[in-house]
Amino acid sequence: MIEKDKTLRTLAIAVAIFAVAGFFLPQWAVFMLTLALAKGLVVLGLLILWRTGLLSFGHALFYCTGGYAVGLAGLWGLTDVVALIALGTVASILLAFALGFLITRYREIYFAMLSMAFSMILYGVLVKSEVLGSTDGFNISPPTFLGVKLEGESLTLGNYLVTCLLVWAAGWGVHRYLQSTMGHMSIGIRDNEIRVEYLGVSVRRVIHVKYVIAAALAGAGGAISAMVVGHIDPDSMAYWTVSGEFVFVTILAGTGSVVAPFLGSIVFELVRTYAFQYTPYTWQLILGSTLLLLILILPDGLWSLFTRRKARV
Amino acid sequence: MLTALAILIDGLVYSSWLFIVAVGLSLIFGVMKILNVAHGSLYAFGAYGAATMVGIYFDAGWAPLGSFAMLLLAALVMGAILGIVLERGLLRFVYGRDEVIIVLVTYAAFLILEDVIKLIWGVDPYYAAQLYGLLGMTEISLLVFSNYDLALIGLALFIGGSLWLAINRTRWGKLLLAVIHDREMSQAFGINVTRVYTVTFVLGAVLGALGGAFTAPMISVTPGIGVEVIILAFAVVVIGGMGSVPGAVIGSLIVGLSRAAAVHLLPEIELFVIYGVMSLVLIVRPQGLFGKTAEKRI
Amino acid sequence: MAAILETKGLEKSFGSVTAAVGIDVAVDKHEVVGIIGANGAGKTTFINMVTGFVKPDRGRIFFHGRDITALSPRAVTNLGISRSFQIPQVFTSASVADNLLIALGAAERDRFSFWRPLRRKNLLESAAGQMKLFQIADFADHTAATLPQGIRKLLDIAMAVVRRPEILLLDEPTSGVSAEEKFQIMDTVMSALKAQEVTVLFVEHDMEIIARYAQRVIAFYEGTIIADGATEEVLAHEQVRKYVIGEDLRGGDSQAAPARGNGVVRIDKEAGRA
Repeated sequence: MIEKDKTLRTLAIAVAIFAVAGFFLPQWAVFMLTLALAKGLVVLGLLILWRTGLLSFGHALFYCTGGYAVGLAGLWGLTDVVALIALGTVASILLAFALGFLITRYREIYFAMLSMAFSMILYGVLVKSEVLGSTDGFNISPPTFLGVKLEGESLTLGNYLVTCLLVWAAGWGVHRYLQSTMGHMSIGIRDNEIRVEYLGVSVRRVIHVKYVIAAALAGAGGAISAMVVGHIDPDSMAYWTVSGEFVFVTILAGTGSVVAPFLGSIVFELVRTYAFQYTPYTWQLILGSTLLLLILILPDGLWSLFTRRKARV
Repeated sequence: MLTALAILIDGLVYSSWLFIVAVGLSLIFGVMKILNVAHGSLYAFGAYGAATMVGIYFDAGWAPLGSFAMLLLAALVMGAILGIVLERGLLRFVYGRDEVIIVLVTYAAFLILEDVIKLIWGVDPYYAAQLYGLLGMTEISLLVFSNYDLALIGLALFIGGSLWLAINRTRWGKLLLAVIHDREMSQAFGINVTRVYTVTFVLGAVLGALGGAFTAPMISVTPGIGVEVIILAFAVVVIGGMGSVPGAVIGSLIVGLSRAAAVHLLPEIELFVIYGVMSLVLIVRPQGLFGKTAEKRI
Repeated sequence: MAAILETKGLEKSFGSVTAAVGIDVAVDKHEVVGIIGANGAGKTTFINMVTGFVKPDRGRIFFHGRDITALSPRAVTNLGISRSFQIPQVFTSASVADNLLIALGAAERDRFSFWRPLRRKNLLESAAGQMKLFQIADFADHTAATLPQGIRKLLDIAMAVVRRPEILLLDEPTSGVSAEEKFQIMDTVMSALKAQEVTVLFVEHDMEIIARYAQRVIAFYEGTIIADGATEEVLAHEQVRKYVIGEDLRGGDSQAAPARGNGVVRIDKEAGRA
């Protein structure tokens, strides 16, 4: 009766292969993969919300919070990679915990619009904050690893390996969560909130927890991006198009597995790199057409290509 | 005192612009329950079309004032073509699906149209600035305003008034209200809902393009101009109440006046104020100031 | 025996429509109470008030002497009052088994419900047991959206019972179900409930079902209670015959098949209005 669940094994093997590959791949590829995985963390959070029927069109809010938390900590002299990621995550958690009291009252497009409005408030503040470099943002000095300063290729690799570790931990944790009672409550809330309340469960509290988890993952993703890129600015971290990109990858990947967001994110980043190189004016055209095809033909995302369709929670 | 007057007039001009840009979005949402992200693209196409046609018009050396007709023509042509293509060619296949899914579909359309613009017009800016100066300036107690800007107020009033009349005083408006009230029932009573949808969407599209066309003389028309407009229009529509035309008026006034006040008094909060108001309204009254709520029953 | 559920002077109106006025009900442990009344008599409103979905304008509701008037559906459920719905409220995109698993998981009220897997041996066994008890095991893997109405009704009730409530309120358990299936469903439900010693209040239109399963009947008419007592007495009550079962009497012998057909049509109309 209990099916054999291979997700965690797949995740561990995939992360291990990727981590080892990092030693052989060229620097630009490792850089690109790090960024893709960092954004994959954000998408992993959106997966939790999307399973519940909630679409956050403003998740860049937490991505940006994570990034700016790292940036600000850097100005104060904090450079340790683990401390920085933890800081970005915690900052996002606190923000999401506070906003959660408001946003958990909303569903469907109201949820999407309010999350978008929140993210645009942050954008509006950052753009006008000269201390933080306004639209130009500011540079972030590279992180240190347990006090060790790395440079060049080893820095890129260091960032990458830390990211891989985090991806594994996050994937493992989220998978456990999705298999739990509260994880399964997603489908209940999506289908019928009245019944969930009459089962004695607070819909708002369940959503609040999911929102905070999603924000934590986005904060971690933002923190990594900021460190890897070495620069933060409002347009690439907080604008609504950034959130739109996360939503896009969520739909692209599908919600079938915790591995899907990372796969989707890597595919996205690869296609973008090449599309920019060869057909700079049709990049969004490709994105849009893909999104349409997905919605019309493959509503469960890329991941559904790997699994045989079956009814399950 | 002078600042207050400047805020008032700047605010009214900006509100009028917002209304022209956002009212089509509100109309489409009200009737079809579609939050149309591609509205920004319609705006951009309107602007590009206007800039192109105004350019042709001036090259031909005809009477300068007639160029205003080009703005209208551009909006009509662009809005009608894109409206029909989007509604008949795309949206009708997803009617009845989740509202959030339809948002994603229009988002996809927006992404595609962004690049279609680049493919048609390239990435160099277009201008229709010749028009802007044509109407001259007016001095109001030491402050100088462009007549073109002031004319936008008139245009907004005209559009708002016409829509109000069309909805409340014509047969078509009654059909629309019936469909808004209860789609299934309207269908049962023999109203051709499909046609109402098409007409509404095309009208909304033309209004979006009109917003772009009349903005073209004030800006340099470049790729990406639709991106910011979408979110501004969302803010207006959310504040007023999605789908309510009077709501769009109020939403435009609130956003327009508060932004003008911020620009003159505290420029640091210029953007913050718009989205701050938007969030506040969503929190206090999620259906918007003029929106209605549906009740849950079991 | 002291009443476990008691309402005092409940009043509720929706605009100009009075849905309840002066509703005083006391229910003892292990009673099986039928609630009858014409459409719009206030039966569903009564259930909605007791389970916290609708707040009464006036009056109090007590459960074991504790005032539960202002509580949310969630709080009421957690105290031990469950309900089913006229239109089944199930998780339509999940299978029958998963519907019950989720309900069972929720019932655990476990602090680690965000971490412990839902598909555990004991929960899977409980779900299987529950499906067997309600005779829906054949449909275990079917998606709830595709179920026949009768099975969906049973699932709805089974999910409510998972909480092991002290009181269960059933809102028209047999509405929308064909006449032949009605007794089968009621037999299944009642024997399952008997096994768990639940106090039951059920709204029903079919007087045959009332006569067979209820020990006591409360008759509603235009928001008030016009009769409350032993089943035979209430069904024989003059006002009840006139205002509640009147149509059935005029339709001739209530045992005859055509009358039952009429009853189904009438119930469907109300279900549509819900």
